[in-house]
Amino acid sequence: MLPLVQLKGVTHAYLGDREATLAIEELNLTVDKGEFVSLVGPSGCGKTTLLSIISGLLQPSRGDVYVGGHPVLEPSAEIGYMLQQDYLFPWRTILDNAVLGLELTGNLNEETRRRTLGLLKELGLEGKENAYPSELSGGMRQRVALVRTLATGPKLLLLDEPFSALDYQIKLQLEDLVAETLLRRGTTAILVTHDLAEAIAVSSRVILLQPNPGRIRRIFTVPEAIRSTPPLYARDLPGFAELFHTVWKEMELAGRGD
Amino acid sequence: MKSVEQIELAVSRKLWLDQKHEEYRAAKLRWKSRVMAVRAGLLVLLFVLWETAARAGWIDTLLFSSPGRVFRQIWSDLSGGSLWPHLSVTVGETVIGFLLGTLLGTLLAVVIWWSPFLSAVLDPYMVVFNSMPKVALGPIFIVMFGAGFTAIVITTLSITVIITTLVVYNSFNSVDPNLVKVVRSFGASRVQVFGKVILPSSFPAIVSTLKVNVGMSWVGVIVGEFLVAKSGLGYLIIYGFQVFNFTLVMSSLLIIAAVATAMYQLVVYVEKLILSRR
Repeated sequence: MLPLVQLKGVTHAYLGDREATLAIEELNLTVDKGEFVSLVGPSGCGKTTLLSIISGLLQPSRGDVYVGGHPVLEPSAEIGYMLQQDYLFPWRTILDNAVLGLELTGNLNEETRRRTLGLLKELGLEGKENAYPSELSGGMRQRVALVRTLATGPKLLLLDEPFSALDYQIKLQLEDLVAETLLRRGTTAILVTHDLAEAIAVSSRVILLQPNPGRIRRIFTVPEAIRSTPPLYARDLPGFAELFHTVWKEMELAGRGD
Repeated sequence: MKSVEQIELAVSRKLWLDQKHEEYRAAKLRWKSRVMAVRAGLLVLLFVLWETAARAGWIDTLLFSSPGRVFRQIWSDLSGGSLWPHLSVTVGETVIGFLLGTLLGTLLAVVIWWSPFLSAVLDPYMVVFNSMPKVALGPIFIVMFGAGFTAIVITTLSITVIITTLVVYNSFNSVDPNLVKVVRSFGASRVQVFGKVILPSSFPAIVSTLKVNVGMSWVGVIVGEFLVAKSGLGYLIIYGFQVFNFTLVMSSLLIIAAVATAMYQLVVYVEKLILSRR
């Protein structure tokens, strides 16, 4: 089976007036359909850059990105992108925020609107459709952002530290909800996070990047037992702590540049 | 037994809360009415002082007139009908200058937002034009457009357009880039980015330039009328000055103050209407 995401020799340099900096160099990666992959690494290893490139928001200086067999040349609704904060539009109601993507792609009709309402309900946002973002809590808002991203039915979901701005308790609940929702829908996901426990708990593979310039250092495969358990409980399983320490040590080394 | 106690507790708590809320609202109302009373008192005091000073001969009534004379003048001009043409000309010019200025300024901001190249090219021109005293251009406008309505509106536009453009363009650029990223990630075109994000999130800034432009338009129109007009409130001021009728000057000023305030309040009302649910 053809992998859903393919990166071939992706290199990216940021060009400024003073200098050009190499953010990512010769990066190759494939992600299969239905996989949940996490990107972790010390700061400056190009995690967010990589995500922007896969989404099509950023064109790599060299190399190719394929999603579903087609080269990614510009952003599209095929690829959902969820940011660190919800960035809901304060002048739109919750439902209007949720259907934003459908509106932009010209796919907003009775059918898709009803499906979005169902999605809101699924994520526990029933009765909030006509509220404004300022009337919702942080966790609820982030769930609305998830609905907004899922409403267009993307094949691939890119998550850029979507839980890091939330309270710990909310964060754990949301991890569960997102992992479960994605699993049920069979959506492929790539998560960028600085939280190793989160990466191990939710994903099937953890990809460790190293900085200066950004490259893949090591790929850890999460054992089936941890993978198939909801994130909240996965943290208590045997083997979780060991894997955490292995990844942690390797990340320390990566950060030191060894 | 216990449940009765609980109900009693709930009732007494509710009563206490209601009472506190009532007290709070009463205090707020008292504060508001105190502000209003002092405000009105201050205005009356000002007029009384002015009238007394005029009657007692502390100020020269030829130069400073007196409230009595001013109000009599306004009343007779209003009822005699001689004020209406002047008032309508000036208000017409101001409203048109205000609307056109805001519209053109916003349009220009859209154009330079659209094309960063054009924005870079035009930047020094706008800075120079903006720092120039536009009144100095008056004679040129008169030569170009004739001494009349058009020249006055153009004078107003020369004052309002560039500042509107600068403020609105600035607000376009200060839109949270992450909001733009959200729509871009759905593959939005530049038109969509503008229509769905840039414009709606700049509404507050645009409305606040409206407020500034009310004042600016009045400056533009009155200055324009000083320079060219044969009618209008600005003309009345200049005319009153030339024939040394300062009662006319003062009454024109009062009318301008009243109408400008009304216009401003209208804009505030529109602002509330547009931004009520954010």
